[in-house]
Amino acid sequence: MSQKQEEENPAEETGEEKQDTQEKEGILPERAEEAKLKAKYPSLGQKPGGSDFLMKRLQKGYFDSGDYNMAKAKMKNKQLPSAGPDKNLVTGDHIPTPQDLPQRKSSLVTSKLAG
Amino acid sequence: MIPGIGTLTQDTLWCFSQVKGTIEIGTTEADIISTVEFNHTGELLATGDKGGRVVIFQREQESKNQVHRRGEYNVYSTFQSHEPEFDYLKSLEIEEKINKIRWLPQQNAAYFLLSTNDKTVKLWKVSERDKRPEGYNLKDEEGRLRDPATITTLRVPVLRPMDLMVEATPRRVFANAHTYHINSISVNSDYETYMSADDLRINLWNFEITNQSFNIVDIKPANMEELTEVITAAEFHPHHCNTFVYSSSKGTIRLCDMRASALCDRHTKFFEEPEDPSNRSFFSEIISSISDVKFSHSGRYIMTRDYLTVKVWDLNMENRPIETYQVHDYLRSKLCSLYENDCIFDKFECVWNGSDSVIMTGSYNNFFRMFDRNTKRDVTLEASRENSKPRAILKPRKVCVGGKRRKDEISVDSLDFSKKILHTAWHPSENIIAVAATNNLYIFQDKVN
Repeated sequence: MSQKQEEENPAEETGEEKQDTQEKEGILPERAEEAKLKAKYPSLGQKPGGSDFLMKRLQKGYFDSGDYNMAKAKMKNKQLPSAGPDKNLVTGDHIPTPQDLPQRKSSLVTSKLAG
Repeated sequence: MIPGIGTLTQDTLWCFSQVKGTIEIGTTEADIISTVEFNHTGELLATGDKGGRVVIFQREQESKNQVHRRGEYNVYSTFQSHEPEFDYLKSLEIEEKINKIRWLPQQNAAYFLLSTNDKTVKLWKVSERDKRPEGYNLKDEEGRLRDPATITTLRVPVLRPMDLMVEATPRRVFANAHTYHINSISVNSDYETYMSADDLRINLWNFEITNQSFNIVDIKPANMEELTEVITAAEFHPHHCNTFVYSSSKGTIRLCDMRASALCDRHTKFFEEPEDPSNRSFFSEIISSISDVKFSHSGRYIMTRDYLTVKVWDLNMENRPIETYQVHDYLRSKLCSLYENDCIFDKFECVWNGSDSVIMTGSYNNFFRMFDRNTKRDVTLEASRENSKPRAILKPRKVCVGGKRRKDEISVDSLDFSKKILHTAWHPSENIIAVAATNNLYIFQDKVN
């Protein structure tokens, strides 16, 4: 039963002319990609699968409900660029009126798959 | 011989059958399909979306007039399964997105399914009503109460036929049992229990009891700073009600036997493929994280999906998979940008066909891949509106890696990474597949001669 080998050494499959480039990049495309990433983000931690990364995955929380509402308002502003300038000022200095508030997301709309 | 197309009858030709959903420039987030599942007979096909809605399609009876066309799937029922919630205690938003739907085997006229979001599992009953009582004494036909003084005779209400109505009612709500996000649910072969798994724990439920569940796996460390891996998927064995597996973010699978102890923290079997340490990179652990695990119908094998491959494991061999299939290995040289745009964390699912001979999984650019385990041939197909003429045969697609791109090929840099096929389903006995492409559901069938 022949399985296709995991593509970890493309160097072996390309022509001899390309060997020079490979030696510069490193044999693994993954390593080349890793070098690219480290160049962009030098402060990136050594252990990506470590606890920091997982902790972030487990907790997507907010400090409190005020923090949550602020974040939601910011998100809505990003998603509705066509909304008038008034709507962008709902939080912060502007005192909101019912007309200013972003529409509550209507979750009771029938799915378009059923249309 | 190009896989998927050939003159020999043994090659399967896939044809477009139907597409559900709208063509939209900007997709509403709520319409993004998050799970697809056939029921045990294949008569029903359920989808769940980010907006918490479930849509069930039913296969129409094949008519004698149209022998060349197999039954199509039409809308049977749709309902709002979950709504968005806010946990005020933890200041956490609870998304209404349906993570998984699992059907129960049919035991009477009604259909039952489990649907879950991040925190709550619900048991829904979907039943038909085609008769209604008429001729009440105290109410008139519109339901208004009649003045008792005007009633002079008594009659017995009778059941009369009415237009078919399909009702969905929530029968059980299994809530407050998960601190972390539920990623899997699995119905046990005893049909009495099921399990729900989150990042760190797996709970066992009885369908009748909603205020209690047994915790059967707990991998939460005493000190959270020591956390190194999370549970990514879990499933019960199809026949042995005491056996289940769960996969981890480190690319390992554990098989547990509930007869061994009440808390299955110690596995019975541990499946891990040894890694060459010299090949290790920053990305190694991330791309080895298993996003889906599925038992074969036979119960002899498990299939796992990680970012770049699908692997088949024999339950009797723990030290390496028996088969490894490359889904889109050309992405290995794109890992940096895939990490930056978060695509490297996409969770693809994988499915077996009814006879366990072919496996299927999704990729980017609305491509999906099938691997025939016997012939070792594979094919890449595309779910797109351009190939959506009725019974149009799907042409195999090819991604070109090197310099010279042939006419029909697409280069890696042209792939659309926003078009990802994460969820697919295969009919339990026929060659009918359902493929979720963002907000559209495609149904493909094999060519009928």
